[in-house]
Amino acid sequence: MGYFIFRRTVGFLLTLLVVSAVVFAVMNVLPGDPALTILGMDATDDALAALREQLGLNQPVLTRYFLWIWNALQGDFGISHSFRVPVSELIAERLPMTVSLAVAGMLFTLVIALTLGIGAAARHRKAGDWGVMFMSQIGIAVPAFWLSMLLVLLFAVKLRWLPPGGFAGWSDPVAAIRSLILPTIALGVVQSAVLARVTRSSALEVMRQDFVRTARASGLSRRRVLWRHVLPNALVPIVTIVGMQFAALVTGTIVIENVFYLPGLGRLIFQSIANRDLPTVQALVMLFAAIVVTANFVVDLLYVVIDPRLKART
Amino acid sequence: MNRRLPVNFIIGAVLVALVVGTAALSLVWTPHDATQLTISNKFAAPSSTHWLGTDQLGRDVLSQLMAGARNSMAVALVAVLLGGSVGVALGLLASAIGGWVEDGVMRLADLGFAFPALLFAIMLAAVFGPSLTNAVLAIAFINIPVFARVTRGAANQVWTYDYVLASRAAGLNRFAISRDHILPNIAAAIIVQATIEFAVAILAEAALSYLGLGAQPPASSWGRILSEAQTLMYIAPQLAIYPGLCIVVAVVGFGLLGDGLRDMSDPRLSRER
Repeated sequence: MGYFIFRRTVGFLLTLLVVSAVVFAVMNVLPGDPALTILGMDATDDALAALREQLGLNQPVLTRYFLWIWNALQGDFGISHSFRVPVSELIAERLPMTVSLAVAGMLFTLVIALTLGIGAAARHRKAGDWGVMFMSQIGIAVPAFWLSMLLVLLFAVKLRWLPPGGFAGWSDPVAAIRSLILPTIALGVVQSAVLARVTRSSALEVMRQDFVRTARASGLSRRRVLWRHVLPNALVPIVTIVGMQFAALVTGTIVIENVFYLPGLGRLIFQSIANRDLPTVQALVMLFAAIVVTANFVVDLLYVVIDPRLKART
Repeated sequence: MNRRLPVNFIIGAVLVALVVGTAALSLVWTPHDATQLTISNKFAAPSSTHWLGTDQLGRDVLSQLMAGARNSMAVALVAVLLGGSVGVALGLLASAIGGWVEDGVMRLADLGFAFPALLFAIMLAAVFGPSLTNAVLAIAFINIPVFARVTRGAANQVWTYDYVLASRAAGLNRFAISRDHILPNIAAAIIVQATIEFAVAILAEAALSYLGLGAQPPASSWGRILSEAQTLMYIAPQLAIYPGLCIVVAVVGFGLLGDGLRDMSDPRLSRER
């Protein structure tokens, strides 16, 4: 098992390194002059030369790459061109917003999907099962940004129960939670639809096994068998998907923050594109990609915790 | 033998026919010019001249949706073909050669999963500016690892069959076997995946265009129409309804069609699900 964890950790670090190389390559090496991108076509040659010097663009590419990695490891992502402050400061300010939204979305997804998925499996081929499957088919197909707009139309424009967007911070917790309700639902519905399906099919698989019949025959209630015996045994495929879903939720915040005007990293990335602020975009893309890779790594490690049978094989 | 077509296949085929038919029709006919502005006629209610009314600039909504269908289909088709071709080629190569080449291709595929289309599109937009071409490239890119995996998995299985072993014994080289024997035998799995990826591509294009990273004005795109409608939700909420419905119909259609094709190619799966 120690070897398994070691191998996975090395793989994880290598993947991060290659991801960083890809991000750096796309942002720096592909044809195109970052200085020209930032200053625009009207820039004078002197201004371009000065900016190239300031950005270190005159140094060899490899030197720039390793400098970027070295500094990033120490929390230094350079200075934002548009905000004129360190990128790490911008990230620190906006990270809590994005994390709150992603965690709320994940909790929403888990509660809804596990309940519906196990419920559907318990009512296999009955109305409840078909209902859940139908809803999940629609849920998968609905774009999150459109769902957001529909939620705003209903709950903010028509009923006026919740704010249509914006976030004033946690100083007023009630207002903060109210502003997060619609974004959380919009973010979580698609993932719930996917997870409910996986939970259902995984639970159905387990319910066919002998130990479930034995548990029922020994007099345990249906509910107890479902939640205490079926669910824990159905967890491996569920955890795989949950790991990928957390990654999808985090990148999903990029869209949702822009729909609801929430001041998180997703909104920052778009402001930075509009302002041609390449160091900020580069840092944020790397951060999001790193979260995706880390989520997959954590899932790999969790397998062994959840399914002790895998220990023997690793 | 039960020869009845699966229900999901039938519903999927009908929805896909509707969307593809509309897209094809828009090549030769739309009720009005989708880009023609008639400011004096803005926010017109549905009528016999404008079946779904007009938008804030007096453009015919139905014509815009039809043009949007065409663009959406075109983007999905090019992106899936592009990403699919590269992915299938890599998958076949990995399976044919094996060893470190296979390992290398699969690790590259893992890496591809670290970049959702949105992140890739963001990078391209930051460097080259937002455009439909960049959106297509980003969607194609995320398709490469998906197809590489499916192809390699299916091909590895076919390589163990007797007739493939026989062609190897007869002296055919690995690439010729891949082309003549492996590819035709895994085509069904690839087509099923392509149908499902088509649905994913439609969603991705809509999201990218909505965020301003895809189709640029005046090109019609369901995602772009939605982003314009968002600012008008208090005045004309109906403008935000139609394009979303179009996306859902297209995505559900291709999703069901893919599921149905998979059920038909492997009936065991349909009983499992």
